[in-house]
Amino acid sequence: MNELQTILSDSIAKLLGDHVNKDVIQRAEEGQWPAELWEALVQNGMTRILVPEAQEGAGANWEDAHVVLKAAGEHSTPAPLAEAILAGFILGRAGIAMPEGVVTVMEGDFKLESGRLSGVAKAVPWGRNATHAVTVVESGWGVETVLAPLQYARIDKDQNVAREPRDTLTFDHVVVDTAWAGLPGNAVKLYGALTRSIQMAGALDYLTRASVQYANERTQFGKPIGKFQAIQQQLAVLSTQSAAVGIAAAHAAARADKVSSGDAAAFEIAVAKVRADDASSAATSIAHQVHGAIGFTYEHGLHFATRRLWSWRAEFGSGADWADWLGRETITRGADKLWPYVTGR
Amino acid sequence: MQTFRFDLCELPEETKGLRQEVRDFLAVELKHIPAVTRAQTWSGSDPEFSRKMGAKGWIGMRWPKQYGGHERSAFDRYVVLEEMLAAGAPVGAHWIGDRQSGPLLLNFGTEEQRQLILPKVARGECYFCIGMSEPDSGSDLAATRTKAEKVDGGYRVNGTKLWTSGAHHAHYMIALFRTSPDKHAGLTQFLVDLKNTDGITIRPIKDLAGNAHFNEVVFQDAFVPDSMLVGSEGSGWAQVGAELAFERSGPERYLSSFLLMVEMIRELQKRGGAEGAREIGRLVAHLVTLRQMSLSVAGMLDKGENPALEASVVKDLGAVFEQDMPVKAHELLGIAPTVGAGSDLEQVLGYLTQTVPSFSLRGGTREILRGIIARGLGLR
Repeated sequence: MNELQTILSDSIAKLLGDHVNKDVIQRAEEGQWPAELWEALVQNGMTRILVPEAQEGAGANWEDAHVVLKAAGEHSTPAPLAEAILAGFILGRAGIAMPEGVVTVMEGDFKLESGRLSGVAKAVPWGRNATHAVTVVESGWGVETVLAPLQYARIDKDQNVAREPRDTLTFDHVVVDTAWAGLPGNAVKLYGALTRSIQMAGALDYLTRASVQYANERTQFGKPIGKFQAIQQQLAVLSTQSAAVGIAAAHAAARADKVSSGDAAAFEIAVAKVRADDASSAATSIAHQVHGAIGFTYEHGLHFATRRLWSWRAEFGSGADWADWLGRETITRGADKLWPYVTGR
Repeated sequence: MQTFRFDLCELPEETKGLRQEVRDFLAVELKHIPAVTRAQTWSGSDPEFSRKMGAKGWIGMRWPKQYGGHERSAFDRYVVLEEMLAAGAPVGAHWIGDRQSGPLLLNFGTEEQRQLILPKVARGECYFCIGMSEPDSGSDLAATRTKAEKVDGGYRVNGTKLWTSGAHHAHYMIALFRTSPDKHAGLTQFLVDLKNTDGITIRPIKDLAGNAHFNEVVFQDAFVPDSMLVGSEGSGWAQVGAELAFERSGPERYLSSFLLMVEMIRELQKRGGAEGAREIGRLVAHLVTLRQMSLSVAGMLDKGENPALEASVVKDLGAVFEQDMPVKAHELLGIAPTVGAGSDLEQVLGYLTQTVPSFSLRGGTREILRGIIARGLGLR
């Protein structure tokens, strides 16, 4: 970690440690907006970390944002921090100033005509709480970034299994800000997959730490269950899965900084999302098995992380979706190109 | 909780030229070697090939020049290794000497041992095997029983080493013998000259695929001179720990089935359509991630850090990946594995289907590795 990343790591850990706890997450799940947490995130500049300095952002890169996003995942942060960071990145690329308020991202089937947006976006994170949503639309003019105010959108509430808001937004000729995107047409999905992969790496780290701690505390047959080889072997698997996702996500973030076009990082991002999806199935299963019945209660907080992993692995392209793409690309490129491709990037 | 750390590590730009040089070399050298032979990679032994690699300066790459080494970086060495493995080069003859026995002698050997042996290893002329396992001492290495009794001018050795890969080709064995009854402090490492010592019988053991790759090595009053002791008497346990970190740290721990992955893609390409894309995509995701983890370990080695724990993580994940490959090929392609005839794909599948069970046994079993990882997590 460089100096900025160390500072970010310390301050986000402290901030989330102070403002995120079981009560806050639970109240958010019941529909209460975590105003204090959000205010603290905004005050500390966390939501604008990828916004250029010229536009009152931190002007950081994905490797820096990685530190914040991983912590957000680790703490099961019940607010659209990841979405705001992503929105700031997309807006920054387009040179559109990021407005005050709560800015989320959306993917949808849109039509953009004379600066007016029509269409439907499903599963928009925190749509009901957001003041604006950012998307990328391919129109006759090329790929354009769209900043849409939400006061004229119809909002139908929905949620994922982590009970995070995932709302359907409908736009009917809503006047929006637009600019040339400087990103591929699938930028929301692509960088969304990067964002979720990093959050998943954080959540998996949490599962490892919580499960090891529980295994050292819970006593059965006269000793901590972590002393049993059957448990040790399971926790070893959990930790290796978590480590694999950690480096896959970090690798994708580094690649996103290295290349200017989003397409050029798609390979590493797909790898990270597929790897995170694969790992989360094994890891959530082991974490729950080690925690026993108590981990299956709402009272115990384990599920805040596991339900997020079950949700996030399917968002911005599931592992299956990205694996289809990776596989098609690999097969089309040809058997003898696999190794040169992997080592030449 | 002490955990392991995988920092991103990017290969320096200057390794690109070396990589191309290795590829050009392999394009010529491997041209007529069939896929099923290449699938053996570091289990396949070809002394002539090893000598050519030695002449290229690709063995003992990190060692000091005074011992025949080339003082190259850990990354240069890594690039050569991964190119050899991905292409299926028959690197088995010199592999152990280059990977662990040479570094062991550099760390703990006497000046005489280094000068006598290392230059020959670096030339690709001198091969090693590892005498650790015994009939009653597999994962439980401290149960080693083969005894080295002090006699005038050296030690008299009696006992049996088992599963010794490559002993029938090797010039030397780095052997762990018992010099006193003390569980750990009674263990000592020796350099055993397999070609010029009386009282050593090497019997190849056929594996389930019919290949004679590992051996039983019986010592009957074999004399090993004092000059062949490695390190000091009683320090064998600690030295073996350091040696195993080398043994587990390389890209061979995830690339052993790579040739099958290539043949699977070739077959799907031939068939056309979208068949198998999802499964191949998943394999690619695992391959790329394992390579990043493996590179991270190389980065730690380059900085002089000890990646023993991280190496165990990569080896455990890598073996699962390697072992999954023939399963995936079977599920995906519906072809029958063959031996001795059939297409490249069928034969590679035949070889690996039979061979992969050993991948989570050799160099530390899956259970031992996970035990090491659990200790790193603070559970033991």
